[in-house]
Amino acid sequence: MQLIECPYCGPREEVEFHYGGQAGVAYPADPAALTDEEWGRFVFVRANPKGRFEERWSHAAGCRRWFTAVRDTATYRFSR
Amino acid sequence: MTRVDGYGRVDRTRTLRFTFDGVSYTGHPGDTLASALLAHGVRTIARSVKQDRPRGVTAVWSEDPTGLVQVEEPFPEPMLLATTIELVDGLVASSIGGRGRLAEVPDTARYDRRYAHCETLVVGAGPAGLLAARTAARRGDRVVLVDDRPAAGGSLTGTERICGRDALDFVADTLAELRAHPDVRILLRTTAFGHYDDGFVLALERRTDHLAPAPQGLSRQRVWRIRAGHVVVATGAHERPIVVADNDRPGIMLAASARDLLHRYGVLAGRRVVVFTSDDAAYDAAADLAGAGAEVTLLDPRPVRGDSRSGDYRRSRGLVLGTGAGPDGAISHVFTDQGELPCDLLLLSGGWNPTSHLFSHVRGALRYDAELGAFRPGEALAGVTVVGAANGTFDLAGCLAEGRGETPEPLPRTNLVLWRTDGDPARQYVDLQRDSTVADIARATGAGLRSVEHVKRYTTIGTAHDQGKTSGVLASAITAELLGVPIESLGTTTFRPPYTPIAFAALAGRERGQLFDPVRTTALHAWHVARGAVFEDVGQWKRARYYPLPGEAGGTEDMDTAVLRECAAVRRDVGILDGSTLGKIEVRGPDAGAFLDMIYTNLMSSLRPGRVRYGVMCGLDGMVIDDGTVLRLDDEGFLVYTTTGGAAPILDHMEEWLQTEWPHLRVTLTSVTEQWATFPVVGPRSRDVVGALAPHVDVSAAAFPFMTWQDTEVDGVPVRLARISFSGELAWEVSVDGWHAPALWRRLIALGEPYGITPYGTETMHVLRAEKGYPIIGQDTDGTVSPQDLGMSWAVSTKKVDFIGKRSFARAENRNPLRKQLVGLLPLDPTVKLPEGSQIIEQTAELPPPPVPMLGHVTSSYRSAALGRTFALALVKGGHARIGERLTVPVGGDLVPVEVTGSVLVDPEGTRRDG
Amino acid sequence: MAETLTRTGALDGWAARFAELPDSVALLAEPFHTMTSVRGETTLRPNTWVEEDGFDAVWLGPDEVLRTSPFRSAAELGGTDVSAQRTTIRLRGAHARDLLETGCAIDLHPRVFGAGSAAVTLLGQANVILLCLGENDYRILVRSSFAAYLAEWLLDAATEYRG
Ligand SMILES: [Zn+2]
Repeated sequence: MQLIECPYCGPREEVEFHYGGQAGVAYPADPAALTDEEWGRFVFVRANPKGRFEERWSHAAGCRRWFTAVRDTATYRFSR
Repeated sequence: MTRVDGYGRVDRTRTLRFTFDGVSYTGHPGDTLASALLAHGVRTIARSVKQDRPRGVTAVWSEDPTGLVQVEEPFPEPMLLATTIELVDGLVASSIGGRGRLAEVPDTARYDRRYAHCETLVVGAGPAGLLAARTAARRGDRVVLVDDRPAAGGSLTGTERICGRDALDFVADTLAELRAHPDVRILLRTTAFGHYDDGFVLALERRTDHLAPAPQGLSRQRVWRIRAGHVVVATGAHERPIVVADNDRPGIMLAASARDLLHRYGVLAGRRVVVFTSDDAAYDAAADLAGAGAEVTLLDPRPVRGDSRSGDYRRSRGLVLGTGAGPDGAISHVFTDQGELPCDLLLLSGGWNPTSHLFSHVRGALRYDAELGAFRPGEALAGVTVVGAANGTFDLAGCLAEGRGETPEPLPRTNLVLWRTDGDPARQYVDLQRDSTVADIARATGAGLRSVEHVKRYTTIGTAHDQGKTSGVLASAITAELLGVPIESLGTTTFRPPYTPIAFAALAGRERGQLFDPVRTTALHAWHVARGAVFEDVGQWKRARYYPLPGEAGGTEDMDTAVLRECAAVRRDVGILDGSTLGKIEVRGPDAGAFLDMIYTNLMSSLRPGRVRYGVMCGLDGMVIDDGTVLRLDDEGFLVYTTTGGAAPILDHMEEWLQTEWPHLRVTLTSVTEQWATFPVVGPRSRDVVGALAPHVDVSAAAFPFMTWQDTEVDGVPVRLARISFSGELAWEVSVDGWHAPALWRRLIALGEPYGITPYGTETMHVLRAEKGYPIIGQDTDGTVSPQDLGMSWAVSTKKVDFIGKRSFARAENRNPLRKQLVGLLPLDPTVKLPEGSQIIEQTAELPPPPVPMLGHVTSSYRSAALGRTFALALVKGGHARIGERLTVPVGGDLVPVEVTGSVLVDPEGTRRDG
Repeated sequence: MAETLTRTGALDGWAARFAELPDSVALLAEPFHTMTSVRGETTLRPNTWVEEDGFDAVWLGPDEVLRTSPFRSAAELGGTDVSAQRTTIRLRGAHARDLLETGCAIDLHPRVFGAGSAAVTLLGQANVILLCLGENDYRILVRSSFAAYLAEWLLDAATEYRG
């Protein structure tokens, strides 16, 4: 049971959070301009690195705010 | 009796009675079942799991691999260690042959959990742990000190001196000082069994087992969830045996365990004792047991040295090679390299393994220490300190120094690392609980296994209740020896939680029975209960499923009868449903319309205040995730209704897009699910009922058209009326704040009485909507169904530039005409109700050989009062093009012929909507 | 119509069971507190609540404040009316913190969570807004649909202190 630092509420138990996957994947400015393959990549494909990963979390059981956190996927450690 | 006067800390002024294997015995407060049995000379207390060999007590606490018993009273529990069962009056236990027996009666004891926060958690109240706790407390830390034994002091026997005082006095004084700190919590009988991320430690406190009878109201066991800034591991060390042939007999014990039995319980475990050791610590056992009256011979393979503890025992250089047994199977003599020696107790000591489990749980690397012949913490870990014997520091002064936070000079090692002596490998037991021997390890390495993890699984060494506390390192060492490689190249198996066995009941705590999962109820729950509703679980909600009336012959209606009656009443007269569980989200702000235009597939910004629109939401992949109605409240406000199950996920979904993708939009989202109770009043006479409720509102079709809403007041209480229909009937959804919900509901029931108003439940609601082909998201859809598949292209805007899911509709797969589409199914036999989930295949009179191509499945299936027959909804490949075709649904052994129809079966022209 | 539209609190009917509890873990339903959700930047410090002019203001997030009052109307408080969304339970007595610590993971030590502290978190399996009013004196705001579950949970948690 990790502690996750909500930027607004401070450290809370990980059960209060929802995971939101890779951060920084912007919604395309003009989806209609994308090929099927480009759109498919946006919808379905995410990075899965070993090591440092920028990801989105939501403090679902607390302030309900989304935030970006950096975590090492091999050690689970969050960068503080 | 083997109890020795003048020894032990049990209370001999009081006598406890207990029964073991049907024989009555006595013991004293402070005894364990094991010590009390040994006090009576009972040496055999179990039989081994595979070979049915007699087994006794090998070690005196939780590391004991052999002494498993079945407890019958006070509560049946299997496979407990006799060494850890505190004796209580009336205890009934029996020996077991490796496997215990689960209780056949419910466990009525309480189990609970508790959270604790501290700057410093100290695990182990031996000398090192006590000093660490005292140091932290004096510094002002909040301290939690846990120890798994009933008393603090760890391995101290009372013969030592600390700071010029009796060691146990020092323990008592230190505890007293700690207890005086308001922010120090001392938990005895508490096993820290798991260490996780960020200083999180789980510990099991045994609160009542030592009290007989157990006090009312107190939980029997408590799982402490401790969050510590710093964890001090002061868990001591486990002595390890030297493996000799036939080393599993009753009467063979670890040396320090025999010494602990003497000093803690006053039990002399043997009169003729052989001590076989390659380490100085066992000399204390030899001296103390001799001092208590035993005849002791000590064999040590090392050259005789002058500085180890002397005493009234014989000592010679030598090796024990094997053991022999008397008629009872317990040890009667040992074979040494110098001949045979009679004995009734053999003490083995090959050195000590630091108990570094809690360090290892958080991925602390262990390093093999060749001098020690053991693995010990081999790196610094942030937030964790290992002190004392757990760190490989075995002398008392060193332990105290580490407890104070100092780094003592390591003492020179005098021990000899000796894993086993010569003998028959098939009789040299490594894991006594698993009956696993050196020969088993040889079989594993002979089969080509090279990793200790593989050897563990092949031999099962270390997989029993004790998880290899005394055998794990032996297994690594003997594997290394057989492979001819250094032990450090093999490492040891990974320690994983739990450190000791933990009952599932303790982990469940209070989350069982009615507290297993939260039960959510609406404001009307009491009314539903009083009305005799049968409930169904919808997520965590309890929803009234139907309201059975008293039936013939004193019973009540079954569901089919009740639902047919409720359905008929709604379509004939008027019915009322508690729809309060629907999710409600107030969407507010200047950009609320623009936001909803992206969230829904259809246009919402064009909705005018006072109007209602049905909408569908999709995920990015274009698949339906939720649906419901939207009320435009005012220029900047919308009230979004989600499905019951969608309330939380859809709010999260909307917040995610709002916060992460469109933070520039000036929109706020507020859940008002419980703020508003919503009651659909449905049926041809609903206009009469709603008109009676709100006499100032013109409820005529012209003045109150379909898909509009109006606010009114009833007795001064704001009430919202919305003309929404989920059944095709004339209907209003009546909404009121949750506080007034019960009173307004009762008012509606009373006003509806002249019109035959019938409360109906979710089952009738489902039938009525299915007759109209309205899908239930999550029942008729499964995350792979698009609005087009549902026949809802009308709800997908072609004008909007974009919305979530739009781009996916253009993908080739989403335009595949063979996608599964929602259709109606009519069994040709109108009395046959298809089971939901049934597979659908091409029309056939005989089931073809497999594989049979599946065309889809039945998603909803009911009996319809309006149709006078059964019907179903189904997802069928290319279903829209198959309307009019016949297909087959295999049900059990039958092949049910069905006809594919459109999904709207009742009133397809929509003539009933306006009454 | 004989009956007027009376109000019903989510925990009406629990008073008798609450009354059986000892003073060390006293539970009291506080129904009909007006509550409104006010959005936008706030000067409230995170994880706190304060008494303002005629209402209490509770920090729920960086742009969300809950206003509560036992006597003011929602219109007076402003914001979206969420009065019936949650209900209020008061817990106080010598073992109040002990009881919460059987199901609340946040650090409730008075140095960390003293009077004026607020947290949106989990108690048992229910999402709650927890306010500290003073030593061993708490107000728990819980979604109305979870109120019966939480009441049952609290009563069960109090078993140890019934004596
Ligand atoms: Zn937060």
